[in-house]
Amino acid sequence: MSIQNPLKLRPRAEDRPGQRAGAALPNKMTARGVTVFYGAKQALKGIDLDIQENRVLALIGPSGCGKSTFLRCLNRMNDTIEGCRVEGRIALDGEDVYGKAVDAVQLRARVGMVFQKPNPFPKSIYDNVSYGPRIHGLASGRDELDEVVQTSLKRAGLWGEVKDRLREPGTSLSGGQQQRLCIARAIAVSPEVILMDEPCSALDPIATAHIEELIDELRANYTIVIVTHNMQQAARVSQRTAFFHLGEMVECDDTEDIFTNPRDERTQGYITGRYG
Amino acid sequence: MQLTLLALILALLTLIGFMIGRSRAAASVGGRVAELHSVPSYHGVYVALWAGLPALLLFVAWTASEGWLAMQLVLSALPERLTTGDGQSVALLKADILNLAHGISTGRNSDPLVVEAARRYAGFRDLAGWSLLAVGASLAVAGLAWGRHRIGPDLRARPAVERVVRVALVVCSLVAILTTVGIVLSLLFEALRFFSVVSPLDFLFGTHWSPQMAMRADQVGSSGSFGAIPLFAGTLLITVIAMAVAVPVGLMAAIYMSEYAGRGVRTWLKPALEILAGIPTVVYGFFAALTMAPFVRSVGEGLGLDVSSESALAAGIVMGVMIIPFVSSLSDDVINAVPQSLRDGSYGLGATKSETIRQVVLPAALPGIVAAVMLAVSRAIGETMIVTMASGLTANLTANPLQAVTTVTTQIATLLVGDQEFDSPKTLSAFGLGLVLFLVTLCLNMVALRVVRTYREKYD
Amino acid sequence: MTDLVERDAAAVTPSPASTTPPKSRLRSEAFARRLRARHAAERRFRLAGAAAVALAALMLVLLLGSIVAKGASAFLEARIRLEVTLDPADVADRNYAAPLRRALYAQFPQVTDRAGRRVLNDLLSSGAPYELEAMVAKNPALAGTTQTIWVRADDQIDQLVKGGYRRDLPESERGLSDAKVAAADALLASGALAQGFNTTLFTAGDSREPEQAGIGGAIVGSLLTLLVTMALSVPTGIAAAVYLEEFAPKNRWTDLIEVNINNLAAVPSIIFGLLGLAVFLGFFGMPRSAPLVGGLVMALMTLPVIIIASRVALKAVPPSIRQAALGIGASPLQTVLHHVLPLAMPGILTGTIIGMARALGETAPLLLIGMVAFIVDVPHGLTDSATVLPVQIYMWADSPERAFTERTSAAILILLGVLILLNGAAVILRKIFERRW
Repeated sequence: MSIQNPLKLRPRAEDRPGQRAGAALPNKMTARGVTVFYGAKQALKGIDLDIQENRVLALIGPSGCGKSTFLRCLNRMNDTIEGCRVEGRIALDGEDVYGKAVDAVQLRARVGMVFQKPNPFPKSIYDNVSYGPRIHGLASGRDELDEVVQTSLKRAGLWGEVKDRLREPGTSLSGGQQQRLCIARAIAVSPEVILMDEPCSALDPIATAHIEELIDELRANYTIVIVTHNMQQAARVSQRTAFFHLGEMVECDDTEDIFTNPRDERTQGYITGRYG
Repeated sequence: MQLTLLALILALLTLIGFMIGRSRAAASVGGRVAELHSVPSYHGVYVALWAGLPALLLFVAWTASEGWLAMQLVLSALPERLTTGDGQSVALLKADILNLAHGISTGRNSDPLVVEAARRYAGFRDLAGWSLLAVGASLAVAGLAWGRHRIGPDLRARPAVERVVRVALVVCSLVAILTTVGIVLSLLFEALRFFSVVSPLDFLFGTHWSPQMAMRADQVGSSGSFGAIPLFAGTLLITVIAMAVAVPVGLMAAIYMSEYAGRGVRTWLKPALEILAGIPTVVYGFFAALTMAPFVRSVGEGLGLDVSSESALAAGIVMGVMIIPFVSSLSDDVINAVPQSLRDGSYGLGATKSETIRQVVLPAALPGIVAAVMLAVSRAIGETMIVTMASGLTANLTANPLQAVTTVTTQIATLLVGDQEFDSPKTLSAFGLGLVLFLVTLCLNMVALRVVRTYREKYD
Repeated sequence: MTDLVERDAAAVTPSPASTTPPKSRLRSEAFARRLRARHAAERRFRLAGAAAVALAALMLVLLLGSIVAKGASAFLEARIRLEVTLDPADVADRNYAAPLRRALYAQFPQVTDRAGRRVLNDLLSSGAPYELEAMVAKNPALAGTTQTIWVRADDQIDQLVKGGYRRDLPESERGLSDAKVAAADALLASGALAQGFNTTLFTAGDSREPEQAGIGGAIVGSLLTLLVTMALSVPTGIAAAVYLEEFAPKNRWTDLIEVNINNLAAVPSIIFGLLGLAVFLGFFGMPRSAPLVGGLVMALMTLPVIIIASRVALKAVPPSIRQAALGIGASPLQTVLHHVLPLAMPGILTGTIIGMARALGETAPLLLIGMVAFIVDVPHGLTDSATVLPVQIYMWADSPERAFTERTSAAILILLGVLILLNGAAVILRKIFERRW
């Protein structure tokens, strides 16, 4: 077990901040023994995982392996699902996100999320992006809001395409544009972590390339966790990769190592395409 | 009596036809059923159809025309002074004959000629009944014989039967169309007759409603006045009150049930609301008249207001309560149709539940909710019993909800209940009102249903 | 590997200006303050929703409660015990009022004046002689004997016993004379006035006298009407649904039929009354007040409901079943009759029951075709004059007598009971046969 899960051998980074800065960056989030039940069904079995700041962590694995479930635990999106129970500890900057003192609303503002299918609200492009800042009261006044919208759209690489049509409904954009709008919408709140749940699965290759570039740029300012089915994508965008299988986290390592030198044979089987 | 007998005979013959057809089909191939084109029971149905169907068609055609024919025969025998005259007096005469023939004394027309005509009419009907019985039964027997004659190994019984069944299916689905056509034609015809007496402009824009007419055409004086504006205003007032109750409560209840209530609570709440929807309107009317109206009145008087004992407010509130489940179940549907991904998107940004509902779910569901409200309005406009029982009959042109008003539906009901003279403008005015009611609700329904349809397609 | 690390190191130190201020904003005191306000708004909103549900529930409780409170007492009726001596001469004359009166006077020997006796006469229901007559008709040997019988009291006495009159009010405001109250109290004290189960309510037809009025006639009328409705609308509705769902080509025609059916389902019920009046009564000359016509009108009204419910049920049957049946050589009609329809039947039945429940509670259209007449006899055929339960309720609700209010409420309770049974049956049916493919 301990060989299969090398993480357990490592000192807990959050306990010794800065000590391993050369090899690994400080952990933004840590998960210890995360177990999830949907009703009677166990979806995750004691996941331990560190999410390092300003890096892209890719979660890969066959469908139904619990990687999306894990992602949704990180900002407590699972709260909205009836009958879902989460055990274990997930910390953001050392603070338990399931703790009493933490407010799910505030947590989700700090840990933003982008979904599998582009889901722009049936509002104008402008209102889509300004939605978050408005409900959180992050902008005081119209000018500031305009600026937030502009910055977010620029960072999402969408500004050039939509700057003349901010009043048009978000649903009028193409699929790839819609997904970048959703990313802009998430950025507008200035989250610290962005969770992406297969953000490209509904998009064509060109739009996918666009988003992947964007993810790489966003890494400078945000910690990113991305769930993907696509191993090439994981290899392209991430620095670290975790492989999930049947509700377990099999191994997590630098992306290069995972793809070139997996320690577990299940990982190897998946990566070489024997199943999944 | 004769009809029951005929029905029994037909049922019996059809059954016999089925058995004969089945056994004869088997016999025609010497029991080797596989040599038949269709299985024996199809042959049975084939013969049964021959026995029953022609007689049934005859029966329908006969009953549809019999009354009219008998009346024509009777009328042609009456002296001309009775049967000529304007349409109104002839219709009155017909009504008298009908009533007398059914043994209902009208106390109005005891002219021995009319009594005699009624007797003759009843006689004709009786005779027609017996001859229908005879003709129908013989037709059934003949059909049975013909069907039996056709039976053989080569008879393609199944396709023949299926053709008949398919035609029957088509006819059944046309009944709905025929109903609509019937509604439109009957409303249109009677309303046109009304508008030949009362100008449509006076009707639609007149502000005085008092439909009392002279009892007889030769009576002088009162001619009635048919300005329907007070009725429209009354309908509008009550509808507005009802909507003011039903829309917020129904919508909030729908939101609570679909977004907040747990599954356990929902399984209890939904049926409870459905009970509210299943209560007959006459019960609401009783509640409005005996509980709500006195309550509203005493509250009003406690506040020093002058409240009529039959106030629009009481009727409107109760009507609103009646419509709550209607609004909530329709809104519940459209709210549930809003994709979860939109909610997730909003929660993922850190929005609270109510922010998500108000700023994402409701705007997305808006077309559906508007349609639901339109259907509810149409329902409120068409509701009869509550207002009839709780808000009275006085045609007040007022916007004061504490006074009694009357509505279009109430007037239709009161104009047509009890002894009516056929063809008087008073009676016909009900059809004029009916036409307006039908057109208004039809427009609301059409638009609403179309909106709902496109809305569903959008999120499907 | 080294490459990666170097890139990372570069990324770790972003320009502080771009990230730090908004991050701190999400953890600022202002944000927390705002968050508290937002959660308060959330609670208010949720409360408003719960309040809406509670209001609807309250209305339901109020409605049912007020009716139960008013109507429960109607299931009992006040009866008076009399020692009746049946003089054969009276029986021969069919004068049954006389023996009843004699028996009553015998209980009040002190009352001898005309006025006093009139008060006593008024204690009995005007229908009491008929009760006695019916008793003798059933058993002619009673003539000449003395019997102890219970006969119905007048509705005012009935209400007095049930506490409908306030005894502390002066006579003029009470609406019931002191003499009657005294006489009734005397009977009560001697145990000759008591309440028993009100069978009249269930068996009798309508009457102007509340104590003799019942919903027996209306129930039979409702049954007959419903029978006609069911016989016409159920087969037609199912057939139409089968055609539209299984056979009809998708073209403008069937589209029209579909739109038409949906609209028809939302047409105000009173319009169907106008249709019945103009077409069935006016054009075809059918009799007024007949269950046959009522049933026809109701059938047209419930038809769209049944068609829509049946189509939903048919749609829920997965296409694989049709393909399987067609694949083994069944004709399309056989496929539908043998496989699809049986599977859809529970859904269709549920829709049908709900449609019938609606027809049972409907009032307005029946007013227009004359089912609102005052009918004393229990109807025996489809063309007899009849009324139905909701219309009976409507008519009684208009009557000023206190006893009628009580009976109206009782009739409503019975109607609601039947409707709840029907709807409950539909729910149970749906639960039992609920099937997921």
